[in-house]
Amino acid sequence: MANRPLSPHLQIWRWGPAMFVSILHRVTGNGLAVVGLATLLCWLAALAGGPEAYAKFSAMAGSWYGLVVLVGLSWAFFTHLMSGLRHFVLDVGAGYELTINKVWSVLAPIFAILLTAAFWAALKLF
Amino acid sequence: MGNGTSIGRVRGLGSAHNGAHHWLLQRFTAIGNLLLTVWFAVSLLLLPDLGYATVVKWISAPLPATAIALLVISTFWHAKLGMQVVIEDYVHDHANKFACIVALNFAVIAGAGFGLLCIVRLALGGAA
Repeated sequence: MANRPLSPHLQIWRWGPAMFVSILHRVTGNGLAVVGLATLLCWLAALAGGPEAYAKFSAMAGSWYGLVVLVGLSWAFFTHLMSGLRHFVLDVGAGYELTINKVWSVLAPIFAILLTAAFWAALKLF
Repeated sequence: MGNGTSIGRVRGLGSAHNGAHHWLLQRFTAIGNLLLTVWFAVSLLLLPDLGYATVVKWISAPLPATAIALLVISTFWHAKLGMQVVIEDYVHDHANKFACIVALNFAVIAGAGFGLLCIVRLALGGAA
């Protein structure tokens, strides 16, 4: 392939919230696609496999490393969900003004962390 | 990329003329994911416990089983569309790019197929 110049990549730009939330959207999306969907399949396979298989899955899910993965996945899920909702707004041509774009870029990942905390609080408390 | 010459078209350079379809499908599946994953998360919270008997009783009923099956289809499809874009962005060599996209398609279809089979088995009582 011809060695043509590429467009400037990450290192050339001054960091801003919009850039951060965009990268976060890709990273969490790929994390969910690989680890999230694999976990979903393990859970479904354990259910279809019967009580013993499900007990093994539950034991792993309840261990410290299982919880690290599940909390990480739930954070990635809510982060991708919030930045995805931001994309829906941008898709209809709204939210490109500098200030409002910055505000939602900052708020989306913060909402995601709050939702992750609320989800686990609801799961453990009720 | 290609400048519109015949050899450029043979090599697959230039516009593929189907980007809008990919973009729209990404949004359709995103809306599907939004509805189905939020339903799934709320359902898990509303279950009295996450033990085997409770979860199987819930998931093998027709409506939850249908929704989980749709969730598997929508999420795997969305993941395929998203990872394809990442591959196209970062894998520049044609052969490697083709190999990555073949592997992605195989993994996604195999994964979704396996997930759907597990759901059918639960819904039809094979696992009980």
